[in-house]
Amino acid sequence: MKANGVNPDQDLNAENLPGRRGDHGEAIRVQHGMFGANNGGDTTGYGGLVRPVRLPGQAGRPYGGWFDEVADELEGALEEQSLLPENAIEKTVVDRDELTFHIAREHLPRVARTLRDDPALRFELCTGVSGVHFPGDKGRELHAVYHLRSITHNRMIRLEVGAPDDDPHIPSIVDVYPTNDWHERETYDFFGLVFDGHPALTRIMMPDDWQGFPQRKDYPLGGIPVEYKGAQIPAPDQRRSYS
Amino acid sequence: MGIEEKLPSGFLLTTVEQAAGLARKSSVFPATFGLACCAIEMMTTGAGRYDLARFGMEVFRGSPRQADLMIVAGRVSQKMAPVLRQVYDQMPNPKWVISMGVCASSGGMFNNYAIVQGVDHIVPVDIYLPGCPPRPEMLLDAILKLHQKIREEKLGVNRERAAREAEEAALKALPTIEMKGLLR
Amino acid sequence: MSATHATPSASARETTEGTVYTVTGGDWDEVVAAAARADDERIIVNMGPQHPSTHGVLRLILEIDGETVTEARCGIGYLHTGIEKNLEFRNWTQGTTFVTRMDYLTPFYNEAAYCLGVEKLLGIEDQVPDRASVIRVLLMELNRLSSHLVAIATGGMELGATTVMIYGFRDRELILDIFELITGLRMNHAYIRPGGLAQDLPPGAVDQIRAFLIQMRKNLPEYDKLATGNPIFKARLQDVGYLDLAGCMALGATGPIVRATGLPHDLRKSNPYCGYENYDFEVPTADTCDAYGRFLIRLEEMRQSLRIVEQCLERLEPGPVMVEDKKIAWPAQLALGPDGLGNSLDHIKNIMGTSMEALIHHFKLVTEGFRVPPGQAYIAVESPKGELGVHMVSDGGTRPFRVHFRDPSFTNLQAVAAMCEGGQVADVIVAVASIDPVMGGVDR
Repeated sequence: MKANGVNPDQDLNAENLPGRRGDHGEAIRVQHGMFGANNGGDTTGYGGLVRPVRLPGQAGRPYGGWFDEVADELEGALEEQSLLPENAIEKTVVDRDELTFHIAREHLPRVARTLRDDPALRFELCTGVSGVHFPGDKGRELHAVYHLRSITHNRMIRLEVGAPDDDPHIPSIVDVYPTNDWHERETYDFFGLVFDGHPALTRIMMPDDWQGFPQRKDYPLGGIPVEYKGAQIPAPDQRRSYS
Repeated sequence: MGIEEKLPSGFLLTTVEQAAGLARKSSVFPATFGLACCAIEMMTTGAGRYDLARFGMEVFRGSPRQADLMIVAGRVSQKMAPVLRQVYDQMPNPKWVISMGVCASSGGMFNNYAIVQGVDHIVPVDIYLPGCPPRPEMLLDAILKLHQKIREEKLGVNRERAAREAEEAALKALPTIEMKGLLR
Repeated sequence: MSATHATPSASARETTEGTVYTVTGGDWDEVVAAAARADDERIIVNMGPQHPSTHGVLRLILEIDGETVTEARCGIGYLHTGIEKNLEFRNWTQGTTFVTRMDYLTPFYNEAAYCLGVEKLLGIEDQVPDRASVIRVLLMELNRLSSHLVAIATGGMELGATTVMIYGFRDRELILDIFELITGLRMNHAYIRPGGLAQDLPPGAVDQIRAFLIQMRKNLPEYDKLATGNPIFKARLQDVGYLDLAGCMALGATGPIVRATGLPHDLRKSNPYCGYENYDFEVPTADTCDAYGRFLIRLEEMRQSLRIVEQCLERLEPGPVMVEDKKIAWPAQLALGPDGLGNSLDHIKNIMGTSMEALIHHFKLVTEGFRVPPGQAYIAVESPKGELGVHMVSDGGTRPFRVHFRDPSFTNLQAVAAMCEGGQVADVIVAVASIDPVMGGVDR
């Protein structure tokens, strides 16, 4: 099932190198230098290079394949509920044959219910929520990513919702997809995203009295140095990194 | 542990030691403590091809009260650690622990916030078994080595002396950090 | 309860919910007498996390009224390993070593899902050689057999049918022998790599698989004889762990659970990957919605897997097993030396002796790894337990920014409450066994 969606940011034929990037994608970090060495002097001559790293940005119509159909149906269905689509859908990204709707967090439950119930959409199966922490994406550091599968139409879309670090609240969609019960608890446990309206938002993986949210980027890996044949080998997060 | 511990040092104690060692090593009852991948290999060891029954150990006990060997098979998480200790505490003496696989022995490749870096932080370990996961043959080898150890175990005053000697030897031993070359 | 009854082994304290007894072994008579003195019959039983019939370190908290379960809750996280976080500190190729240890009964599915995700992020799905895809399918289907064998074996053992367990592990050994021959390891292989495979099939592998197919065709009917028609087995499994299609969709249950409701949902058919569209196989279903239906589906899927493996052997043609692109392909050429498997000495001599650029490239690729363009991807494969999804995000670096596994065991395990409440305590074991959760996958 190939859609013809073209991501303007990405030229996939360019020998697997990152394509030319516009400035409209989401900047998630800034790369300094060429080789990512961040300790010690950079002797390569590329040390002064400063380049923001951007995720693929807003796609233009047509998205290609069935993507337009789904987008039209969703916008139409939201309009029927007197919700302006441009208020609910912040942006639409088409990348690597995948369709992503960035949803404003206050409208997430309504959008999810529409996606599940509208006969032309029918995304019956939610495959859970995955948290991503972008410390460099100011104002929307925490992302919750939902993947919805329609068995009726054999389609798959992604919803992405952002929340700032100082107000990590996203409405729960357990009402719509009960399967998200444990998934939202897991995301809360690892990222500290509070899903408002969840029936029992408690830790699920870590012990109940655990401090902090271990899979955030600012939480250390927690590795300890290892002694091996008389030498100290630092924990994986203390070693040299290249990116 | 029993009346045999009260015996004075001498040839009677040595005889009782030998008899008790033989009896103990021939009827070890492992507690099921399967955690992760290693547990599957532990079950394989109990199944047809490797047949742990040859060593009189095929009966894995569900209750720690009836077991005297804990095979910690797999990675021990911070959340599991108190449970593991409680199960160990519930086992009657004398009891032994095999730390099966690198995760149980040292944390292995999972050097992170979630995993206890070696089960010897929580319980005393008799045999460390490397491998990820160890093959069933390796587990059998570890069990046979443990049998040997159980067989030679001292009782009463001999036991105290052996413990004292072991501690003195450990104090004199070269620390790992000062060892050079290939450690084997 | 008066203080005279409070022993170190069974203490009681009053809470808003009623009297709570903490039982750590000891005199059961006292506990039973104390419970009988209490007004209500409600007893909360904690099974696990260390219990011989909970399929790993699963903790079940059951509220029972006599023999009837009125409420069932799962406690998980006792095997949480932090693999997703660890992946962020290793390069993309090293990731396979970690993911293979998630659901340790289906290592090839974890690897394949992860590698397909990396390939999608790189945009090289079309460049993966055919031979690599065929071998991936071959190994995945053999893995499906071994996973289902363990599901049936441990399920049988938990019912007390130890013969089933001995049979299951006997046949699984045959498959592990093949895995060991091909990958060098019985479990946790890290054989499938981004862009292809670690190495080609060794000589003799095809013959051994053929011999296995003949043997397995002979062994599979034994499970029918042993279990399928067995009245005790049927009595224990039928109408137990009921979950219908609406429940499956709401709870996100996939795999044999959803197929036992009659819906032939299988990602190998609906969203083919690794060339599954070229294989001829059927998706078995049942319409009983119960544990017996799931058992029958697992048996039938094993037969279908044998068919696919046979077709794989026919489709195997000589060729490369790694992408051509030297910016991604791991620069090793493995060979068997006197001290085990390692980089071939000729290859090392060639790199070290002939080209400075090759040496630099080799060094960079091994120490740093390749860079993956920024973006995110979701890939799902049909693991023996259901939809195994991988959501991965790259920030353009040599390491994953975030990898999240949507493990089928994790999602399916949520159905325990729906399956068990209102049933008997003994049926909880059957229901959990029919879900076939692997705690390594649930907790990751």
